[in-house]
Amino acid sequence: MLDLSAERVLFQNALLDVDRIAIAQVYHRCAAEVSALEVAEAVITPALGQIASQWEAGEAALSEIYMASRMCEELLDSAVMGEATLRKNQPTIAIAAFEECHLLGKRLVHAALRAAGFQVLDYGHAGQSSILEQVARDEVQILLLSTLMLRSALRVETLRESLLERGLHPRIMVGGAPFRFDPLLWKQVGADAMGSNCVDAVAGVELLSRGQS
Amino acid sequence: MTSSTVSSLERTLTTLAHKEPDRVPVFLLLTTHGAREVGTSIEDYFATPRNVVEGQLRMRNKFGHDCFYGFHSAALEMLPWGGSVQYHKDGPPNAGPPIIRNPAEIRDLISPEVESSPQLENVLEVLHRLKVEAAGQVPVIGVVMSPFSLPVMQMGFGPYLNLISDHPELFERLMQVNEAFCIAWANAQLNAGATAIVYFDPVSSPTIIPPREFQRTGLPVGLRTLSQIAGPTAIHFASGRALPIVKDIANTGTAAIGVGPDDAPVVLKDACRGRLTLIGNLNGIEMCRWSPEQTEREVKNSIATMGAGGGFIIGDAHGEVPFQVPDQVLRGIMAAARKWGTYPLDWANADG
Repeated sequence: MLDLSAERVLFQNALLDVDRIAIAQVYHRCAAEVSALEVAEAVITPALGQIASQWEAGEAALSEIYMASRMCEELLDSAVMGEATLRKNQPTIAIAAFEECHLLGKRLVHAALRAAGFQVLDYGHAGQSSILEQVARDEVQILLLSTLMLRSALRVETLRESLLERGLHPRIMVGGAPFRFDPLLWKQVGADAMGSNCVDAVAGVELLSRGQS
Repeated sequence: MTSSTVSSLERTLTTLAHKEPDRVPVFLLLTTHGAREVGTSIEDYFATPRNVVEGQLRMRNKFGHDCFYGFHSAALEMLPWGGSVQYHKDGPPNAGPPIIRNPAEIRDLISPEVESSPQLENVLEVLHRLKVEAAGQVPVIGVVMSPFSLPVMQMGFGPYLNLISDHPELFERLMQVNEAFCIAWANAQLNAGATAIVYFDPVSSPTIIPPREFQRTGLPVGLRTLSQIAGPTAIHFASGRALPIVKDIANTGTAAIGVGPDDAPVVLKDACRGRLTLIGNLNGIEMCRWSPEQTEREVKNSIATMGAGGGFIIGDAHGEVPFQVPDQVLRGIMAAARKWGTYPLDWANADG
């Protein structure tokens, strides 16, 4: 029987080595024995998570998370995995780089959520009025907001108040540099959760999903 | 030396020589706060050199820190490349959309002339006026974005990482063009009146790329560029880690590095002792809501871990104090620096 833990380590090493052949080999070995969703849950997401944890500890670089995410996205986009990795009965989830042109953090979180089987609406970089309109239209239940600048992070509070004024109550999860450097900031702006990295975001969405779906 | 006889420039030069001056120098790297001082919007403030000079003078009079900061914004460097700047009422400007939408466009990219940009000329005028006002007593700090980090604004972070990975020839071409601009821009600032140049290079930080990649990319770019900047420099990683690449940084000939909140200050001090002056490491984001007690505690802790023997300038970790940091905190930083940063640091030795 295949040892998925060992495969996870091989997959993680292949991601760090940017070795697409090894990535495909690990995937095919696993997919021959378990479902695509199980490969995502037992191999892909934990491997990304391990790299993200290494980044938190100063043992990996953001570029390595980015390249790993990019290769996971390629795998998810391939016909090999397709829709087979999607979770059932998901809440409606959306993500945006809030009042920012910097899209890297959003992309990393999006990739990690996809790898974990979540379907996510991508609002790109969006300001308050755009988000209000889209959240109402899509009946979003979990809203993820990525920020780089402090001013954008602080404006999450205004966005939240505007959502409430319109009778919209998505659970809000925030992330990005200002929230990493001030661990209390997410509470100050009235968010429901904060993620320090892309895998925190997956755990946070799983938590917020309970009772939503 | 006593504080009454020591100028800010002498204080700074002494610590850069890894000796103990009268007290730890304080660099409050204030930019947008100046708009509040002169009562304009941030956009109007940076549009007129007279405003920026007045803002810098008023802030130094108010707080008594040890530098003038000629920096306007990172985004400003995008203007001569054909980019745009987006201003906000409550924070630093951002760069507009990327100017390089397809890597192939790099083949035709030309390094712009500094003189082609009225906005960069405004910065030069600010530096010139600040030099006159400083009268040899206060260091005037200029800023450039490193050629290796500028592409984050030129083409976006993800596409730039793709370029490094997938198109090494185009990456090298982009570095050539960017190096020419960076060297010209830095030397223009030195000629205008800057005492030293801060070389902002966040992408080179191990927070962003692995040290082995840095040694292949950002380091040779930095070595080529810094060697042609005709004045003293400091490398700043804008809150990124520095420790794993400190030896490489020391070999660039730069005098100082910015210290972020994620590096262990005691370990970094040991690694840099006698070679690199540390600038930092106050957390600018948390600083927005520091109480007087916490302000004093944070300053005291930074001095305790990095102040001994000189080679230390206290300031924020990012290279720009956020607009939201209140005057009360800035005054508290200065008061704590005077209280705990006066040499010799006998209290720190006794504690430690």
